[in-house]
Amino acid sequence: MSDATTEAVRDATVPNREGLHARPVMRFVDLASKYKSTVAVTNVSCDKEKVDGKSAMQMMLLEATQGSVLRIEACGEDADEAVRALAALVNAGFNMMDTSQRPG
Amino acid sequence: MGTEVDMKLSDLIDAPSVVPDLKATDRNGVIRELIQSLADSGAIEQHHMETIARATITRENQGSTGFGKGVAVPHVKHQCIEKMIATIGRSSHGVDFAALDRAPVYTIVMLLSPASAPEEHLAAMERIFRYLQRENFRRFLRQAETREAIVELVTEADDLQNE
Repeated sequence: MSDATTEAVRDATVPNREGLHARPVMRFVDLASKYKSTVAVTNVSCDKEKVDGKSAMQMMLLEATQGSVLRIEACGEDADEAVRALAALVNAGFNMMDTSQRPG
Repeated sequence: MGTEVDMKLSDLIDAPSVVPDLKATDRNGVIRELIQSLADSGAIEQHHMETIARATITRENQGSTGFGKGVAVPHVKHQCIEKMIATIGRSSHGVDFAALDRAPVYTIVMLLSPASAPEEHLAAMERIFRYLQRENFRRFLRQAETREAIVELVTEADDLQNE
């Protein structure tokens, strides 16, 4: 089992005007929870503590505004896929569209 | 980022509108009761009440703010909100917020933010969740039976945070 464990890390930038607010956090946690690997996230831009990428409450502590760089680290058998998919989600603005418009 | 050190939850909470024993038993009712309470205390304009209530419910329909562990943080950013304001409601019977963990919600922290200040909103959410993270804070909030007790808990948590 241990020989299948890998570590992976990838950075991604939050493009959303509203930053990493509750709904994108939920999307991130939903996706992170699909992987067996542990997922940890740091807001590199403001030197905050590392949080559990599968905990919505902890992810809210990142206070990641637009342009913040998130460092996504995973550890486990599917670590590579996890960081790749999660970084893609962040870079895509969590598929939320508030990169161009602000909801009422 | 000095904001999270400087911002106090007690400065954000409109103490007179804290509801220690919510009458409403469903999610939308709770949201409306808290917004009514904010309007009664003068924290928001009476004539904006319906607009803000609808916007908060619409936001909640887009994704539950029931983060689990008995807490929900319904919130909205809206142009008719001039100044960021929050309040707290406590339900003794528990409310279904379609929470992440499916469990009923006993503590509701509502945050209303102006549409133009996303950074300030994120800083306030950070502060709210930093406190809600603590099991003791959640437990004491759930047990607090009066408005004064809830407000005092928030002030104590601020003091603890800034020690």
